[in-house]
Amino acid sequence: MDDDWRLPCKADVLRLRAAMNRAIRRFFLDRDFLEIETPIRIPAPAPESHIEPVTSGEWCLQTSPELCMKRLLAAGYPKIFQICKCFRAGERGAHHLPEFTMVEWYRAGTDYLTLMDDCEILIARIAEELGLGDTAYWHGRRICLTPPWERITVREAFARYAGLSLEEVLMRDRFDEIMVCAIEPHLGMERPVFLYEYPATLGALARVKAENQEVAERFELYIAGLELANAFSELTDPVEQRRRFEEASRNLRLKKCPTYPLPERFLASLSRMPPSAGIALGMDRLAMILADQITIDAVVAFTPESL
Amino acid sequence: MYTASDLRKGLRIKIDNDPYIITEFNFVKPGKGQALYRCKLKNMVNGNQFERTFRSVDNFETADLQEKKMQYLYQEEGKYCFMDNQSYEQVFLAEEQVGDAKNFLLDNIEVEILFFEDRPLGISLPNFIDVTVIKADPWAKGDSVSGNTKPVTVQTGYQVQVPPFIEEGEKIRIDTRSGEYLTRVKG
Repeated sequence: MDDDWRLPCKADVLRLRAAMNRAIRRFFLDRDFLEIETPIRIPAPAPESHIEPVTSGEWCLQTSPELCMKRLLAAGYPKIFQICKCFRAGERGAHHLPEFTMVEWYRAGTDYLTLMDDCEILIARIAEELGLGDTAYWHGRRICLTPPWERITVREAFARYAGLSLEEVLMRDRFDEIMVCAIEPHLGMERPVFLYEYPATLGALARVKAENQEVAERFELYIAGLELANAFSELTDPVEQRRRFEEASRNLRLKKCPTYPLPERFLASLSRMPPSAGIALGMDRLAMILADQITIDAVVAFTPESL
Repeated sequence: MYTASDLRKGLRIKIDNDPYIITEFNFVKPGKGQALYRCKLKNMVNGNQFERTFRSVDNFETADLQEKKMQYLYQEEGKYCFMDNQSYEQVFLAEEQVGDAKNFLLDNIEVEILFFEDRPLGISLPNFIDVTVIKADPWAKGDSVSGNTKPVTVQTGYQVQVPPFIEEGEKIRIDTRSGEYLTRVKG
């Protein structure tokens, strides 16, 4: 609309996002991370059963920068981060945009627990730099950001909020539905929560726990019921990774989804990748929390529908 | 045929031989998990509402709904008769299907009837109709106790609150959506 040319309602939130970017860069540069950029348009994404790339000619747009960043880890860059656009076909809702912004970072020589510490310090620091102090006010709630944050296993969460065992839920193929409808609305309402130890079958690029092969070293960060970040101790076994990719590709073909060649160069580099941990954090959703907005539309200058 | 990704607010689909309208819609998806489509649905025949979560593999039949312009003929024993002026086909609607519209069914008025397959579901009236007041108390000048309105009865038997100056035999305009008096109609 013509009278929207100044986008006046977005002024505060656009300034807040710029300040978030500055705070994030300062956080990583203070810790000797290297800021990198990797190609957005790629020939071979990681096949994932429930993530569909946006096609771009014969290639596609990245659904996350994971593969290229891991190749950099394998090439000897031990601490890297980037802020980039990711694309996922068909994802549009109050918390979803088909084009969104992630900050993704990797640390060689650590596991996913270190990334929980990173999240606590990073988000607390962003809030402080935005002048929010140690509290986020979201939709009438007061969310305390002071570390340490709550940590609960996926198994505990299903028992506590849905009264169900993980085995039962997985057997009935209801994991996602119960997670979204019954569990997520409780997560991170008073302070942020790390949900950790996912079933091994739900961590396509994650390492399984040495002492329990049923569980993947994966966590998700939740604030105010919003899924903000996903982290793994990364799988570095090329044989196992290929097996999981082939399985996901088979599932995609069964569902008649478009498939791409396997990312062979990534698989070839995996044997040189040091033990590492990596995480992707959704910037748009973090902006929703920090700007007290209940839709993702409110924190971007333009939605696809407004173009 | 629709797939789950076609679902949106206002879409009308067929489930178990009934037409449903989606009254609320939310796309939700765990980052690594399945896309889920959370809907509130309303049965267009009986008005029952329920919530349901669909998955991307779910398919839906389209609801064969169409609106036809029809003319109101008469009412008999709680059945309201309407006729299609082109085909001369007649249909009967029960009182609960007609709902509040029964208050505004003037003889020969043209309405739109929504059909699901061959079943009439309900009617929609013109937004405004002009009706004659058939019963009204005279305007008691200076009567401030009774407030700013008084009840009158119009030709369909409907009672409505009007300003005190409206008299028997006058025409008034009513908004059929709210059932409220709008204005006096001259001539």
